[in-house]
Amino acid sequence: MGIAAQSRWWQPRWWQRWRSSPLGHSLGRDRIAQVALAVLLLMALAAVFAPVLAPFDPYDPRSIDIMNSELPPAWVDDADPQFVLGTDAQGRDLLSAILYGLRVSLLIGLCAVMLQALIGITVGLSAGYLGGRVDVILMRAADIQLSYSTMMVAIIVLAVFRTAFGAQLYSDLAVLMLILVIGIAEWPQYARTVRASVLAEKQKEYIDAAQVLGYGRLRIMFRHILPNALSPVFVISTVQVANAIISEASLSFLGLGMPVNRPSLGSLISSGFEYVFSGSWWMTVIPGLVLVVLVLVVNVLGDWLRDVLNPRLYKGS
Amino acid sequence: MTNFIFQRLIQGVIVMLVISVISFAIQDQLGDPLRELVGQSVSESEREVLREQMGLNDPLWQQYFRFLGRAVQGDLGQSYFYKEPALDVILKKLPATLELVLCATLIIALISVPAGVFCAIKPRHPVARAIMAVSLVGISVPVFLTAIGLIYLFSVELGWAPSYGRGELVTLWGGWRTGLLTADGLAHLILPSITLSSIMLPLFIRLIRGEMLEVLQSDYIRFARAKGISAQRVYFVHALKNTLLPVITVGGVQIGTLVAYTILTETVFQWPGMGFIFLEAVNRVDTPLLIAYLIVVSVIFVITNTLVDMIYGLVNPTVRLTGVK
Amino acid sequence: MALLEVRDLVVEFGLREGASMALDGISFALEPGERLGIVGESGAGKSVAAFSILNLLSAPGYIASGQIIFDGVDLASLSESALRTVRGRRIGMIFQDPMMTLNPVLSIGEQMLECLRAHSNCSESEARHICIERLRQVQIPSPEQRLRQYPHELSGGMRQRVIIAIALLLDPQLIIADEPTTALDVTIQAEIMQLLRELCDNEGVALLLITHDLGVVAQLTHRTMVLYAGRVVEQAETAALIRAPRHPYTRGLLDALPERTEPGRPLNQIPGSMPGLQSMPSGCAFHPRCNLARARCQSESPALQHGVACWEAAC
Repeated sequence: MGIAAQSRWWQPRWWQRWRSSPLGHSLGRDRIAQVALAVLLLMALAAVFAPVLAPFDPYDPRSIDIMNSELPPAWVDDADPQFVLGTDAQGRDLLSAILYGLRVSLLIGLCAVMLQALIGITVGLSAGYLGGRVDVILMRAADIQLSYSTMMVAIIVLAVFRTAFGAQLYSDLAVLMLILVIGIAEWPQYARTVRASVLAEKQKEYIDAAQVLGYGRLRIMFRHILPNALSPVFVISTVQVANAIISEASLSFLGLGMPVNRPSLGSLISSGFEYVFSGSWWMTVIPGLVLVVLVLVVNVLGDWLRDVLNPRLYKGS
Repeated sequence: MTNFIFQRLIQGVIVMLVISVISFAIQDQLGDPLRELVGQSVSESEREVLREQMGLNDPLWQQYFRFLGRAVQGDLGQSYFYKEPALDVILKKLPATLELVLCATLIIALISVPAGVFCAIKPRHPVARAIMAVSLVGISVPVFLTAIGLIYLFSVELGWAPSYGRGELVTLWGGWRTGLLTADGLAHLILPSITLSSIMLPLFIRLIRGEMLEVLQSDYIRFARAKGISAQRVYFVHALKNTLLPVITVGGVQIGTLVAYTILTETVFQWPGMGFIFLEAVNRVDTPLLIAYLIVVSVIFVITNTLVDMIYGLVNPTVRLTGVK
Repeated sequence: MALLEVRDLVVEFGLREGASMALDGISFALEPGERLGIVGESGAGKSVAAFSILNLLSAPGYIASGQIIFDGVDLASLSESALRTVRGRRIGMIFQDPMMTLNPVLSIGEQMLECLRAHSNCSESEARHICIERLRQVQIPSPEQRLRQYPHELSGGMRQRVIIAIALLLDPQLIIADEPTTALDVTIQAEIMQLLRELCDNEGVALLLITHDLGVVAQLTHRTMVLYAGRVVEQAETAALIRAPRHPYTRGLLDALPERTEPGRPLNQIPGSMPGLQSMPSGCAFHPRCNLARARCQSESPALQHGVACWEAAC
């Protein structure tokens, strides 16, 4: 309680607890992780408050004037100061489009990873805990699914759905479809990691004790084993969010993701790509930069987490 | 070993059957072979006769087995757009994609192994730190941005390398048109293969470094050093062989990813390969072509995965002698 | 002249919080053919001492000061390449866990031959002959076949024999054995100890035996050195040490042996545990666990005098 005694009134209890935890302690001395976290928080805030921050509403066709198309950013000559980062080919304010795009990219990335984690953790727990035939079948399925890369599965599924639904309905459902596809395609990552930790935990005595006490399988799985398997889950989650954001951007770039009228960062880059070599570089470069910075800070944080928590991660057989 | 191959074969067949069901479902949902065949001008009763003749009124499972039977013989239907057998269209584009993947794989293998090993042996060396930092940035840049950046720098600004197409080709036996034998063809390969390798390169450098660091901590490395053998032998025989075992497994999985990313790379560089034509097929709703691509790519996956497992078995003595993993 | 003489050896671990001492100035000497045991609980610095002799410490450990004079040469000042001519040729090593010590992807033959190739320029067939001879010497049946096999095809006891064969391959003058029997079954332990003893006697090899087991020391060694928290606390002829231990820690270790406990009664444990590197107590490092501790023990660290480092025992 020595720390509490020295504490100042403006430092609440949870803050002290966080500072003295391994994560908080390490964050206090790691400058790069601090910067990455700050940038990520800023971007997340910008995404959440996009409707307030954005000077225009990029989803509202009335705010878009084709006469304003391809205007360069404000610091370039003959720019319109109204559009800080310039406009795209349809005359849309690029800053607003990027803010909204960031929102879409983050939303899809986070939701897809939550879905992956949900499926993967359930499968991994069941396979590891139940063992036997269930384990063999589930893990074989995970191997096969994994050998078909996410991108491949996503491209094929989205391509089929787009042809089946037609472009109009597809663009309405795009967010949901992207979350589902990216979410379902990557579950084996979680399943394998969780299974490995479950197998390690299962041998420990407290599980025997819980079984002797007559607790049900579900209770043992979720209340006893899962908490001990969370640290690797935490670490892969950061990497997975970064990957999901890239996957979304790539799919959108191929025209299989977010439609042009509700752009994500990927579809912004995609629609700017046609103009990049004719001098209108900002339409591609600026959203591209935002995307790279976003993914980079998430990856930096992922590396940092891995170093601090140092879990045994699943890697091959 | 035979047991092992047999197991793999069965698994491959199961995977292909699953793919065939998916393909059939896609065809059933998306394609109306009748409309493609005869257009809109035919009357309803004539259509019905044709439907009956083509077996479109049969139960689904009969249609599926007919589909499967044709597929096994290599008949995957006519491409709507090219008016040619879909499989032929895809196979004609196969060399372009395979050559691209081959070059990218070579780049990855030749750079990631030395770089990863170096970073593990000298983790505090400034070069190692630089490699790790660059690779972290590398993972964070989507492949299409890498492609755009490379085109802008090396094609538009510097004019060192061409940015689209395959360039001059030479026909080998069996109709394989290769770009590997002409200077122009090779020049055209540079940017696309660098782009394609850029996805995996950072991943492999980090993987090899991580594995190697772990192996270097092990007792058998310390024992090898205690025997007084040279540092090179400790690193490159004792440590590297153990490092590469998990890398081979991951590598097998990543070849699939590499093939998937050819779709992106080929699109940006307008590389006339399978990925490029697949995306065209998607946009044109060319169902037979789509299915042909799906099946060809699946066969490639099954073959590479089996090969990788066999290589793993050959390198790892624990697998070789027991026959099962 | 002593075969090996270690003088004031200090090994530090460079941690983020600052360097901490794993070995705090230990000294000892070993005559040719002599067998010396180094005893202590885990964490006492035994293995660090073993590995520092051939400078096989893994980062962040390093030799901070002191001399390791082997046959007139200070090993601590040798370059890595000069050390390599000593490793495996003049000093052999045996490790704790035979399951982890042999490389799983290289055949036994490969792992033996590479050692010969590194140190002698005998022909390939001669080298094979030497390997087979050594394997026979450590009582491995059908040694010709073993050369082709991989470690996973051998049992733990067999692997430890292979490791001993490798250590003896080039007729070294000294073998350093780090807990050579700890990871083995009890019956195999006895066999391996017997084997080590015979080999050392027959070949006149000196042995530095690291163990936590006073029973093993009693059977194998001439002299014993007890380490506690990186310092030598007692050093004596093995027989004398077992008969009349002088340091309270040695006494505690001996009393904890199951043979010394009356049947049906709990083992006599030393209360508490070894301090970590970051939390060394002041004065004598053993005083928090010592039943003889006085005020002086808390403030002043006793030096090794007449074979024991204890204020109470020395007087």
